[in-house]
Amino acid sequence: MDAMDAVAVKPKVRVATTSLAGCFGCHMSFLDIDERLLELVELVEFDRSPLTDIKHCGPCDIGLIEGGVCNSENVHVLREFRKNCKVLIAIGACAINGGLPALRNSFDIGRCLQEVYLTGLNVENGQVPNDPELPLPLDQVHPIHEVVRIDYFIPGCPPSGDAIWKFLTDLLAGRTPRLGHPLLRFD
Amino acid sequence: MDDFKHCAYLDPILTRFENRSDYLVQILREAQDCFGYLHQDAIDYLATKLNLPRARVEGAASFYSFLHLQPPGRYRVLFSDNITDRMLGNQALMERFCRNLWVEPGKPAEDGLVSVDFTSCTGMCDQGPALLVNGHVLTRMSVERVDRISELIRGKVALTDWPHEYFVVADNIRRRDVLLGGDWQAGEPIRAALARGADGVLAEMKLSNLRGRGGAGFTTAVKWESARLAPCQGERAERYIVCNADEGEPGTFKDRVLLNSYADLLFDGMTVAGFAVGATKGLVYLRGEYRYLLPKLLANLERRRIDGLLGTTVCGQVGFDFDIEIHLGAGAYVCGEETALIESLEGKRGVPRVRPPFPVTRGYLGQPTVVNNVETLCKAATIALNGGAWFAGLGTKQSTGTKLISVSGDVEVPGIYEYPFGVSVDRVLNDCGAGNAQAVQISGASGVCLAVHEFGRRIAFEDVPTAGAFMVFGAHRDMFEVARNFSHFFAHESCGFCTPCRVGTALVAKLMDKVASGSGSQYDINEIVSLQRVMQAASHCGLGQAACNPVMDTLQKFRPAYERHLRALDFEPSFDLDESLATSRQLTGRDDSGAHFGQ
Ligand SMILES: Cc1cc2nc3c(=O)[nH]c(=O)nc-3n(C[C@H](O)[C@H](O)[C@H](O)COP(=O)(O)O)c2cc1C
Ligand code: SF4
Repeated sequence: MDAMDAVAVKPKVRVATTSLAGCFGCHMSFLDIDERLLELVELVEFDRSPLTDIKHCGPCDIGLIEGGVCNSENVHVLREFRKNCKVLIAIGACAINGGLPALRNSFDIGRCLQEVYLTGLNVENGQVPNDPELPLPLDQVHPIHEVVRIDYFIPGCPPSGDAIWKFLTDLLAGRTPRLGHPLLRFD
Repeated sequence: MDDFKHCAYLDPILTRFENRSDYLVQILREAQDCFGYLHQDAIDYLATKLNLPRARVEGAASFYSFLHLQPPGRYRVLFSDNITDRMLGNQALMERFCRNLWVEPGKPAEDGLVSVDFTSCTGMCDQGPALLVNGHVLTRMSVERVDRISELIRGKVALTDWPHEYFVVADNIRRRDVLLGGDWQAGEPIRAALARGADGVLAEMKLSNLRGRGGAGFTTAVKWESARLAPCQGERAERYIVCNADEGEPGTFKDRVLLNSYADLLFDGMTVAGFAVGATKGLVYLRGEYRYLLPKLLANLERRRIDGLLGTTVCGQVGFDFDIEIHLGAGAYVCGEETALIESLEGKRGVPRVRPPFPVTRGYLGQPTVVNNVETLCKAATIALNGGAWFAGLGTKQSTGTKLISVSGDVEVPGIYEYPFGVSVDRVLNDCGAGNAQAVQISGASGVCLAVHEFGRRIAFEDVPTAGAFMVFGAHRDMFEVARNFSHFFAHESCGFCTPCRVGTALVAKLMDKVASGSGSQYDINEIVSLQRVMQAASHCGLGQAACNPVMDTLQKFRPAYERHLRALDFEPSFDLDESLATSRQLTGRDDSGAHFGQ
């Protein structure tokens, strides 16, 4: 009975998550913690996240960012997270290094847009989309730590559910998160 | 070039090196002399003839910065970029040179006439700014000289017809003690050693307590004795004496002077070592930047052979055969590390080995090998001659003898100063006329940076150890820029073998650039500090372990120099966000608020 009360009294940790220039693989991996999700929601509640469909982030304890920064919207979302989250975590290779989307960095963005919308095969009367609703692409894809301060990094492509679980439970328990060798081994 | 038969010029080279794949680096270096670069077909041909996988040959060729797989300009101009060259204005000179000839750094001119770039310290800090043109060193660059050189290149004048004075390298010896002031005949130390016998020489070496002058300060006698006791392996069973003349540490140039004016003493020292250790062959690994010394050194070796100081029955001692050959490096600082040096001698990429086994048991070609610095070997020669007690009477208890110090930077009289160990930094500063020094970088980029309150400290293994560099920075210098120059040096010279150093040195250099560009914050400084911890603990060799030394030292002692460059904010992006949308804005024709970043 006491234990139940203690949990009820203790405010839950608020967590927000988002995917920028990523493939949602890290989020899928997050769901791979399976039934431990039930344990997790005892401890945390979700703010903005694809899991809740909440569109804007309020004050949070932890923010998890998947994916790198490839367009102006990514920058705005990332800034919103930094402004609201006490601890911001880069999760997965794309957030940490730019990952797969950053393979476009060796190409000139102007020439890409031209080829796709104006000069490419089968393009007739093309036009580069210019609706103000659309985010503009940056000339390069960047890891998120080049745009805002990041407190922790969880490597992997994607990190395994176990790695994410270990990291979050360490963090929630007040231990400096530490992934041992098995969780960092990818081959 | 396609129908061209590469065998025409490669065969004689291969024959000279007996088709031995362990000479690959030397073969590549000579092969390159033909066209200024190594053609793909030449790589193929060498791989076939040497019976090596093609990747081994191209792998070696791509490792060394003085070997080229693409055609550089017919005149390859490299500006030495040590901090001392910068302080003497090399950057403005390089810009002027590029403007004169319409070239961009790093890109050969379209007509193929000239290519320009920076290179790491060339060991001319006392007479910079320095240049390398097609591997030849030019000193004391000035606006006039740079303009004249531009004209010579435009006129396609052969290098041999350039003004002789451009190529003069002065010794600049400013203070002589027992080594530089000594007066010995070539071969005298060898005869003294032969009279003492191998055991006698080792005993004197122990008594002298001579410690290595290349940086680590290992006791030389222990090294020699271990190699002497270690068994040889397999067929080509012999022991080797290797002289480390790679002298790549920025700010160090004392070996250059010894090689130029005390070569006999060095060769005597190598021969004495060979006698004491039971080695029959000596190898000098001469850094590529000192190639101009090669003809003179080779002539000296030839003369010694005629005089009976090298070859069979050296100095008439039946059963003592010893000869010396010279290998040239090709622009890789890491090859100063003794196991990387051995890899390079064996014709491979200069990647440091895992130790143990140490070279004294398994070194060059798997045989017991002594690797000693030039200065160490010169000292050993004097010990063979004058005895260990004489040597031990100089210097301090743990640092016997004298030390050559290469003084450069903001001083009136740069050059070589020889002092007994234990000399104070103050004393050196006084002697070289350093008026208003705010800092001295001792022992090069991987050494220590001392601030004014430490000038009373002494140069000795007990206090401030040194491989010889002594770079002085006047009060008007930005110590942050000094550290930034060194951070780029390490990023450029990392051999790339281990991740902490390969990635770490690049990240540190990038963060230092971020701070320099005015978008740094305290956060970036913290990042550097945490990177340093990883690199120091986890790097494979001394390069990575020491790479953050200058940054950490200056952060500790000249923190305001960093803070001046920081923005007061918590964090700044590492690139201009709004600018990164410029191309997209242009192509979409948008200029609405959504097409810009507010702050
Ligand atoms: C990255 C690195 C670079 C080095 N460069 C040199 C060098 O240029 N010259 C040198 O004598 N020793 C250099 N050393 C030290 C050598 O590994 C080795 O300790 C030395 O040659 C031993 O000779 P000594 O005992 O006579 O000093 C370097 C070491 C490291 C880790
Ligand atoms: S520390 Fe640097 S130089 Fe040394 S082995 Fe590793 S990558 Fe190469």
